[in-house]
Amino acid sequence: MQLSVWTYEGPPHIGAMRVAASMEGVHCVLHAPQGDTYADLLFTMIERRNRRPPVTYTTFKARDLGSDTAELVKETVRAAQSRFNPRLMLVGESCTAELIQDQAGALAESLGLPCTLVPLELSAYSRQESWGASETFYQVVRRVLAPQVPAPGTPRPARVTGSRPSANLLGPTALGFHCRDDVTEVTRLLESVGVEVNVVAPLGADPEAIARVPRADFNCCLYPEVALTTTAWLERHFKQPQVRTVPIGVGATRDFLREIGALTGIDVEPAIAAQGSRLPWYSRSVDSTYLTGKRVFIFGDGTHSVAAARIATEELGFEVVGIGTYCREMAREVRAAAALWGVEPLITDDYLEVEAQVAELRPELVLGTQMERHIAKRLGIPCAVIAAPFHVQDCPARYAPQMGFEGANVIFDTWVHPLMMGLEEHLLTMFRGDFEFHDAAAPSHLQHGTPERLGPGDRDEARAARLTPRPTQGPEQGGAAVAWTLDAERELKRIPFFVRGKARRNTELFAQERGIQTIDLETLYDAKAHFGR
Amino acid sequence: MSGLARPFTALGDPRSGPPQPLRERGQCEVFCGLSSIVWLHRKMHDAFFLVVGSRTCAHLLQSAAGVMIFAEPRFATAILQERDLAGMADCNEELDRVVERLLERRPDIRTLFLVGSCPSEVIKLDLHKAAERQTLAQGGRVKVLAFSGSGIETTFTQGEDRCVAALVPELPVLPRGGRNLLVVGTLADLVQDQLERLFRSLGVGPVHFLPGVDSRGLPPLGDGTSVLFAQPFFSESSGLLEARGARLLTAPFPFGVEGTRGWLGAAARDFGVAEQRLAEVTAAPAARAERAIARYRETLAGRRVSFLPDSQLEIPLARFLARECGMQLLEVGTPYLDRRMLGPELDALPPVLRLSEGQDVDRQIERLRRDRPDLTVCGLGLANPLEAEGLATKWSIELVFTPTQGFEQAGDLAELFARPLLRQARLKV
Repeated sequence: MQLSVWTYEGPPHIGAMRVAASMEGVHCVLHAPQGDTYADLLFTMIERRNRRPPVTYTTFKARDLGSDTAELVKETVRAAQSRFNPRLMLVGESCTAELIQDQAGALAESLGLPCTLVPLELSAYSRQESWGASETFYQVVRRVLAPQVPAPGTPRPARVTGSRPSANLLGPTALGFHCRDDVTEVTRLLESVGVEVNVVAPLGADPEAIARVPRADFNCCLYPEVALTTTAWLERHFKQPQVRTVPIGVGATRDFLREIGALTGIDVEPAIAAQGSRLPWYSRSVDSTYLTGKRVFIFGDGTHSVAAARIATEELGFEVVGIGTYCREMAREVRAAAALWGVEPLITDDYLEVEAQVAELRPELVLGTQMERHIAKRLGIPCAVIAAPFHVQDCPARYAPQMGFEGANVIFDTWVHPLMMGLEEHLLTMFRGDFEFHDAAAPSHLQHGTPERLGPGDRDEARAARLTPRPTQGPEQGGAAVAWTLDAERELKRIPFFVRGKARRNTELFAQERGIQTIDLETLYDAKAHFGR
Repeated sequence: MSGLARPFTALGDPRSGPPQPLRERGQCEVFCGLSSIVWLHRKMHDAFFLVVGSRTCAHLLQSAAGVMIFAEPRFATAILQERDLAGMADCNEELDRVVERLLERRPDIRTLFLVGSCPSEVIKLDLHKAAERQTLAQGGRVKVLAFSGSGIETTFTQGEDRCVAALVPELPVLPRGGRNLLVVGTLADLVQDQLERLFRSLGVGPVHFLPGVDSRGLPPLGDGTSVLFAQPFFSESSGLLEARGARLLTAPFPFGVEGTRGWLGAAARDFGVAEQRLAEVTAAPAARAERAIARYRETLAGRRVSFLPDSQLEIPLARFLARECGMQLLEVGTPYLDRRMLGPELDALPPVLRLSEGQDVDRQIERLRRDRPDLTVCGLGLANPLEAEGLATKWSIELVFTPTQGFEQAGDLAELFARPLLRQARLKV
């Protein structure tokens, strides 16, 4: 049993629903109790879809358990087929139905429906949403392409001379983080090097489009969480190569194009030279100097976390102090990124563990999900959202891709905006005692980020109290208390509030390590010299 | 006020009988009882709700409720995993471990509810026994209780019924010869204060509210207790309250002027308050409420409304919209029809094209497309798709969360229904 305050991912059948809702001509039947119908609102409210997801639930009740729930499954599948007349039907179970073992998929197969049927086994008690989406997409592709699978050893037919190379964009789904605009952006990017998009799937694809997947020269695995199992299978059976670089960030977008260049023989350098993002110049312009070495903590799905770490270090000049993911399926990739940036990876879906880590590391910026936004808000740290779970704000009215060169522009704005602006930060440092730059005066552009009002002076203590681990967790508290002289305490208060907590902690640590009982001005500045910034 | 032609004093008049509902048994697009936790945990300040269930339960609570505004809410889920189900781990030991960890983290908690879910019901995990065991282990520091909010047994607001039912045995005994009024059902603190003032003016009392803010100060219950329900979804609790000697008052629900007057009147009569006194006390607030409603009546009168089954408040709200706001009722759907609870409401319900119980959502939407009401009251999952078809909607969940009961909220209640129509008229894009 796992104690969960918030959950990063939904159960696997939500992943199946995301694939179904992404596609046309597809309907999904879930053997599930009535409460599970809440999932419809993820699509209609959070993503503001104007139609119900193509999902029918059996909504069995306790009284049905005594009679025949298997018959209910068959009735529901038959009724959904005749009402919606899909070309492809998915039949699966949610957590409760898995326990009563009706084998909904097998029951549906016995009905001889006049459409393609894909039974799903979703392992509700060991797997989660991303896996459910990946598994569903894989089963759909395998089922539709089964008649086309070439005999083992068959070489891939050469492209017809004179025709343009083409690619499939695989992985974008409903409720995927900025997928809608990423597809547009990557399509433009491919056009810029003369590559056509053959099929986008699951988003917007119908079963006939899936059947055309093998015609493309290669696959772009845009969201490995959803598409990697499928692209690997296509590579194995259809000898269809895949581009693994995910084009998030300027460097990754260039690498993505070069990977395509290597696959197709296209010279992509002119396109790279021509297509600028504003990020490189904005990052090099002097007003961005203050971003140097900002300590960031990154947490999200695997793809966006790994991409964020590279952008943060190479393109914005931040320092990554922690990176993690809630996607166990992506643990390997995130571990590799952590090793690259020299930090410990955090692989967990326990919100409380992430919260403790953020409190411990005290970063200056959190790049996370909506959950980390709450953690950061509580700890008074700026935060930008880089990954799902999906929130209504992740579906903006404007064009806001994460991928490609335009995506890099969006990311620059999104990440830099929550930070104190450069000049404001300098002013605060210079005039820290000024009556208008006191701690409670939030930067003018960040009204929504204004932490709760406190009396002057008690703010730092209140913040520290909130940052202090709860009594049950705190061996730190039991340690030898270090006293501060009045002078040192006063000097500490003149340090800008957003780094004061860190300064206090570092100084106390410094004192403890050296057996200093009382921190005076000398200790404070010795510690400052020791720790640097 | 033509809508008030038949006053509530006529309740109980023999009529041709309430309309026969259309009974539907298909896909039910409603929340499960776990959703009640969303408002229960805000009402009961020292209570924590631990759902024993699956990741679906946890996901429902956080996505359905939009409650992420609370940095650390007083609810969580103990998620069953493969090893719990395969018998590799003892579910009871695991649960004890989770509860211990939770209570260590939250020393402020005085009452912990173990909330059963579909999976915990199916594997027959005995949460009542677990609650007894854990109460003992806590040595009186925390009271652990259990109830089921599972979707195979409860619909949306029924979760609150089960929670109250779990509290009933905990209520201290009202001494013989004692007398009190027990108002059952979550009310916003603001509404509770208003109603308390009215009861005081009437001379009805002492009045207690269940659930209350402090789970340790439970109200007494006994032969001298009269129970007035604030909402119609307390079928199970009503039986338990009666079994402990309480008298259940028959009343409409306190929505709108008539509902509130009828509801207060039931208590007043039970406590022997003269009709004259009731009229005096309610005259001013009732007149104020009528003025507040009149502003929205302009927008609502003559418009056609349909209710999809959701919160179990459909029939009282339809009665209010028809009689006090002049709306025309097309279909009024409700998850289940408890005639005992809803008797006075059904008697007062003006002619309705169709009364339906249960749901077959696809067929109901077909009827909706044929009826094309001016306003459809429905759940969150259906609202945007219906709007996209040009049908104005009101999400029913807001009617559960917003303070809507009593005289002073009658205008707000009308406004909730008028807003989608006013908005529709305003937008030119």
